[in-house]
Amino acid sequence: MTETAITRQVAAETLVELGGEYSDLVVVGGDLNKSTYSNKFGAAFPDRFFDFGPAEQNMVNVAAGLAASGKIPVVSTFAAFGTARPFDQLRVGVSQPGLNVKLILTHAGLLTAEDGASAQAIEDVAIISALPSFTVIVPADGPEAAQAVRAAIGTQGPFYVRLSRTATPVVHGSDYTFVVGRAETMRQGTDATIIACGIMVHAAQVAAASLAEQGVSCRVVNMATVSPLDEGAVLQAARDTGALVTAEEHLLQGGLGSAVASVLSGNLPTPLEMVGLSGYAESGNSKALLEKYGLTSTDIADAVRRVVSRKTGQPTS
Amino acid sequence: MTDTKQVAKIEALATRVRVDSLNMVAAANSGHPGGSLSEADILAVLYGAVMTHDPKNPTMPDRDRFVLSKAHACPALYGVLAETGYFPVSELSTFRQINSRLQGHAHIKTPGVEMSGGSLGQGLSFGIGTALAARLDGRPTRTYVLLGDGECDEGQVWEAAMSAPHHGLDNLVAIIDRNRIQNDRWTDEVMTLEPLADKWRAFGWEVAEVDGHSVPELLGAFDRAAETKGRPTAIIAHTSKGKGVSFMEDNPAFHGMAPNPEQLKQAIAELTSSQAHD
Repeated sequence: MTETAITRQVAAETLVELGGEYSDLVVVGGDLNKSTYSNKFGAAFPDRFFDFGPAEQNMVNVAAGLAASGKIPVVSTFAAFGTARPFDQLRVGVSQPGLNVKLILTHAGLLTAEDGASAQAIEDVAIISALPSFTVIVPADGPEAAQAVRAAIGTQGPFYVRLSRTATPVVHGSDYTFVVGRAETMRQGTDATIIACGIMVHAAQVAAASLAEQGVSCRVVNMATVSPLDEGAVLQAARDTGALVTAEEHLLQGGLGSAVASVLSGNLPTPLEMVGLSGYAESGNSKALLEKYGLTSTDIADAVRRVVSRKTGQPTS
Repeated sequence: MTDTKQVAKIEALATRVRVDSLNMVAAANSGHPGGSLSEADILAVLYGAVMTHDPKNPTMPDRDRFVLSKAHACPALYGVLAETGYFPVSELSTFRQINSRLQGHAHIKTPGVEMSGGSLGQGLSFGIGTALAARLDGRPTRTYVLLGDGECDEGQVWEAAMSAPHHGLDNLVAIIDRNRIQNDRWTDEVMTLEPLADKWRAFGWEVAEVDGHSVPELLGAFDRAAETKGRPTAIIAHTSKGKGVSFMEDNPAFHGMAPNPEQLKQAIAELTSSQAHD
């Protein structure tokens, strides 16, 4: 049985730890504090926790004012509500002045229980990556989520950390060290590279293992920092393996795949296949959603076979 | 409380701010003169008397914060900052020019500007953040947020209006520049705001209504706000857009239109004549 962790829970526990280390750390919540587990921070540091109700525009500029006064404010709500609704506030109020605001948002991607399309943030990475000052991190698992939150709080500037609602497989050991902006090579390979983020990293590992049994050697790269992208790692993978697949629990437009394509086309055009969403989804359980919308290890393996075929000019087996 | 000398000094500052504002907008041939003239007395009272601030140390932690939520009306802010010593008055001529610190809408790159704005509705929320931070740190800092009346069409203003009393922020003052004109037309034609004072009262604010061009009335309202405990104060400052210039006053055309050289000459003559402070 694969070990799992709930990244939103890990992140909330990390915030409580950090609250003891950073006296300026404050959390601004939006009436979803039980679901985000931000109520843990509120219980530990009641004077540094502020609930503003479901009023995300207000929350973001309040956080900006706190940051401008030397606080380290975390905006805590669901990814669907904390990115699209207050985009203007994030743009003019946070990104343009470069204020030290941390968006730590949960329930991102498809897996929001059975809440359906309105709750499924699948444009969030594109939205926040469009803001030049922001660093966007999509942790692959619990251990990486903890370190990403720690890095976001400890590093000056606007950050977005994208977290999942559902328990997801743990892909890192206790010896793992996350570095902002640096890709992690999780598996070496020669025929193709899978560049993944978030929950798709585990799917990429499963795909690579199954492809290995069929004689296809895949590198697996965890690209937790989607913006700014580790361009060196992308180009190295392109040079070394000559074929790339990206995998993300996000729209194909404006996410990891788009960012990788942009780097490749400008530097080293290389066959690329993208695994991700092409439109809105619906209610359903996790397994059914991932299968129907093409986000399984099988979908990644199929994409690898397609891209290797494009590279070699041989039809897929 | 107020002596005539202090009032005269503040009125003179307001006149310089008005002249600066029109010179800036005319030189740039763009910008927002009307709202700069309507808010000039409010800014002069805050920077000339009410606020604790140090132009030589703009980031002093214990300074009071002024937040220009109606960030398009930044010529008057730049004027008052320059006139009180944040940067040279000569720099005002760079307004809206390439490589200038004086952006078309207020931005924190200007010394003394607390908030980057330009999209309406964000300032009061920002002010809640600075007020919360001051309270957490036990600092005496007070936050003053200036909103436009047309800006009150923005939903976010009311999110903020609901939350500031909830958090008991008596170190926060909202001033509404009630000049009755917004970008396109008179505010009542665009969107009914009245009863505006009742709205703020209903949201839990202490409310004062003053003549926004009367220095003594403004000074009194800020004094009372400082004495009000447990909740924030909203000051509805009744003003005239384009105040001080006959052909701009209450004229919607001058919300966002620069005066031509002839108009500038006449405007400055009117402002600097003895009738400027009737």
